[in-house]
Amino acid sequence: MSEPKIDGFELKPGFKGMASDTASDQTMFKGVHWGKAMMWIFLLSDTFVFSCFLISYMKGRGSTPVEWPNPSEVFALEAFGVPVPLLLIALMTFVLITSSGTMAIAVKYGYEKNRKMCGWLLLATALGGLTFVGMQAYEWSKLIHEGVRPWENPFGAAQFGSFFFMITGFHGFHVSIGVIFLFIYTYKVFAGHYEKGKRGWFTKLKGDYVEIEILGLYWHFVDLVWVFIFAFFYLW
Amino acid sequence: MSDEYDNNKSYQAQSSEVMDGSTGSVNPDIDYVRPSEVGEQELYHPHSFIEKWVFCQDAKVIGVQYFLTAVFTGVVGLILSWLMRLQLGFPELAGFMTAEHYYQFVTMHGMIMVVYFLTALFLGGFGNYLIPLMVGARDMVFPYVNMLSFWMFFVAVAVLMASFFVPGGPTGAGWTLYPPQTILEGTPGAGMGILLMLISLSLFVIGFTMGGLNYMITILQARTRGMTLMRMPLTVWGIFTATVLAMLAFPALLVSAIMMTLDKVLQTSFFMPTILKAGEVLEYGGGSPILFQHLFWFFGHPEVYIVALPAFGIVSDLISVHARKNIFGYRMMVWAIVGIGALSFFVWAHHMYVSGMNPWFGFFFATTTLIIAVPTAMKVYNWILTLWRGNIRINVVMLWCLGFIVTFVNGGITGIFLGNVSVDVPLSDTYFVIAHFHMVMGIAPLMVIMGAVYHWFPLVAGKMLDEGLGKWHFWITFLGAYSIYFPMHYLGFIGVPRRYFEMYDSPYMTSAVGMNEFISIAAFIVGAAQFILIFNIIKTLKTGKKAEQNPWKANSLEWYTSTVPPEHGNFGDRLPVVHRWPYDFSVPGAKEDYIPQTTAPSEVIHTEVEKT
Repeated sequence: MSEPKIDGFELKPGFKGMASDTASDQTMFKGVHWGKAMMWIFLLSDTFVFSCFLISYMKGRGSTPVEWPNPSEVFALEAFGVPVPLLLIALMTFVLITSSGTMAIAVKYGYEKNRKMCGWLLLATALGGLTFVGMQAYEWSKLIHEGVRPWENPFGAAQFGSFFFMITGFHGFHVSIGVIFLFIYTYKVFAGHYEKGKRGWFTKLKGDYVEIEILGLYWHFVDLVWVFIFAFFYLW
Repeated sequence: MSDEYDNNKSYQAQSSEVMDGSTGSVNPDIDYVRPSEVGEQELYHPHSFIEKWVFCQDAKVIGVQYFLTAVFTGVVGLILSWLMRLQLGFPELAGFMTAEHYYQFVTMHGMIMVVYFLTALFLGGFGNYLIPLMVGARDMVFPYVNMLSFWMFFVAVAVLMASFFVPGGPTGAGWTLYPPQTILEGTPGAGMGILLMLISLSLFVIGFTMGGLNYMITILQARTRGMTLMRMPLTVWGIFTATVLAMLAFPALLVSAIMMTLDKVLQTSFFMPTILKAGEVLEYGGGSPILFQHLFWFFGHPEVYIVALPAFGIVSDLISVHARKNIFGYRMMVWAIVGIGALSFFVWAHHMYVSGMNPWFGFFFATTTLIIAVPTAMKVYNWILTLWRGNIRINVVMLWCLGFIVTFVNGGITGIFLGNVSVDVPLSDTYFVIAHFHMVMGIAPLMVIMGAVYHWFPLVAGKMLDEGLGKWHFWITFLGAYSIYFPMHYLGFIGVPRRYFEMYDSPYMTSAVGMNEFISIAAFIVGAAQFILIFNIIKTLKTGKKAEQNPWKANSLEWYTSTVPPEHGNFGDRLPVVHRWPYDFSVPGAKEDYIPQTTAPSEVIHTEVEKT
């Protein structure tokens, strides 16, 4: 994207620019839509939520007197009669990261006002997210079948089940919210709401393709969080 | 800091040549302000009564809604404190109250006052009303989400109040909700009560996040032309920093609430160790109760500053306006606010000195705690230096400000006692702690709230509150608050434990009984005195004197709206353009003793205004 141009204000590079932007009037982040800044701050706050979850998980795993289950056995999936460790998780991660890619391209086409391509890629992202949630549901049901519950599990410490269901559940909830919004925005883009200047259903405000980028920020964040959950639950 | 001010001292030197010509033509360059970057904000104007007064998107209406809801919960909290004092002072009159009731009242009083009253009042109430007006915006950047924020808060309050009416009553675990006892049978309200409390807290956090995003981004991205960060009133700085703290601290509360809800509902053992009850091992096991304490206080300590920082900011503005003097050390004040905010994330475990932590851990937290005293003391000195040789008007607003400084210093000094591990250990869980935090985060912020109500009521309602009633209100509250909390320090020193329903025949009872009766009587009077304000407001709305546009002769933008009270959109056709900070009071050479933020430099060319 090109640098934003601000009337009567010189945008300087690097730290000097940061200082002069901060010292200026009107806006702190020059040329940044307020919605985008808002999403960044929300994600910062959400980062603290997930950090608290993951730190609690580390503390819980560290202090339980019973042994922690071995992740490569618990999360193994049988493929052609051979148990492959982390197979399902690898697929899930692949799907989610790929959907981040399609999201990024959707944002690009959005800014180019290429309505059709933007819509199709949003749809692909939504379907990727949906697949992820579906596979997670499969993984949950598999574990539940094997007797893992939030309050107990046959493989070792009860906290394993508690933390696993809570944290992946909370992440899955984030993905689901994202999928719902992706479908809504797919519709809005295909229906040409931004071109027609149609007002939002609730907010009564006119929209803009910047909303696709804001949605993208959220989606990338959800992916990034998954990388951490993946590392902490499946690789540790 | 001082160098910077010296370098660009005033406009006088450069502009005297310009003014030589008697034609009055002025070099237009000194008035130049960059054009608008973002253009006009699109506003959705209400079309019906419901859109105007109920589901309203105007930040000012939302602010008033927050204010009234918070005051309602505050009155509930006040009544609970009366009931507690009745039990402590005159147990023979409180026969209807059992120990369970007492614990429930303690818990609800604490939670209501800290979260649902003070936080909501400062950030939701004053934040919503003042931020857009003070930074020169038409509204918050995302009015619809701002509206949702209030209604989420409203639902949170409704859920909290509902817990009074469920079987078992509200939770009685103490406002800190420490596990394991919080959710175990035998604790009052361990069934539905605690569940509703946790749900209500989660809703509060979600609602607050919606509002907090608006406050932050409005301040960062929607200021008017010429309004730099360093020209914002300190009120905005205080609310801004408190909002940042809240956005980073409330996640810990949300997470601990979710985890405890699961412990309660699904029998997980996040916080629950192996428990032996009446010889039987409960199903819980392997969890860490200390983890909850860490999460809770990682929220809980910044929470103290979420309440205190807006109070610091507001009181700075009130003192400056009513002492007709610029705030002493504006930049120092800003950095102190930011510094206190940053430090507040590194002190949480000083609430846990008696939890059995490693002594070195306590040593670290004692050090960081005492360091906070430095920026805080700077602020107190600056308030006093602002008053020094000012043209002080001893009106009701100023009285509340002076009351704040005294109570705050008082509470701060006992904070230095409690910040030290070796002093805290014997004093923890005594009335000394009660006295300390009520002084520093109960009475002190309340004084600011009262001052702010008397100060901004003319703006909100267009009428002046009665000064005579206000003075009665102040003196009864001020002297009464000291009568309540000063003796409590002594009770703490003789070892009276807090949260006890009854003292029985303890050795310290001889001196504690009389004192408890005295404290209770003072508490009844102070509580009743608060209704003077409500009476004053009702009376003023009916028959009060109409306020002029800018009754206090203040400089900040909220007094320069197109109408009083301001309408939706705040500033009429044109947004104001800002040329200076809001503290140009009693400037040598100026015609009046105040120069509004919107006054262009060329209009005050002969005065010695500071460059801001």
